[in-house]
Amino acid sequence: MDDFYMGIAVFLLLNILLGLVRILRGPTAQDRMLMAQLFGTTGVAIIMLLAEALDLPVLRDVALLFALLGALATVAFVKRYWPAKMLGKEAGK
Amino acid sequence: MTIATWLSVALVLAGAFFFFAGTMGMLRFPDVYTRLHAVTKADNLGLGLIVAGLMLQAESWPAMLKLALIWLLALLASATACYLVGNSSLRSGLPPVQGRYSVRRNPCRQ
Repeated sequence: MDDFYMGIAVFLLLNILLGLVRILRGPTAQDRMLMAQLFGTTGVAIIMLLAEALDLPVLRDVALLFALLGALATVAFVKRYWPAKMLGKEAGK
Repeated sequence: MTIATWLSVALVLAGAFFFFAGTMGMLRFPDVYTRLHAVTKADNLGLGLIVAGLMLQAESWPAMLKLALIWLLALLASATACYLVGNSSLRSGLPPVQGRYSVRRNPCRQ
């Protein structure tokens, strides 16, 4: 059973590797940021699978933190990449 | 193996499939707006299915609850991120691909 969870975790890791192609090709910065979002979601799944496979419940707290940091990264990106004055008139208030 | 174990295996496999679908969407969809769908819907469904599969194997009620909370937090985070990225892309003037999609005429292709 643990091997099964480990195998799925490796499969998700391969998924992330495949998605890295989008960072190379993605024409806009938003595409690259979306890849970070995908990395975050998949990373949470991998860590929870590892928590079950390795019998380490502590890793679930790591997954919780990962989910939180993924959100903050995107918010920080949007705030830095498009300062308020670039986003039309109502955002400039 | 008990029924719960089989159910857990089935749910985790289904979750892995949705993650794969999300990655494929990320690679194949034409612009940011469609890619947002792949990342924030398919992937979070996959995460939910994996969480459901792991909840069946969790040792106690608090552990199950924590798994569910992680999923809810991920849902909330990606819904917010989806709105922020989509809204600011649109307002900064990135055009969505419209009409019949063809890989050869894709303006977002490099």
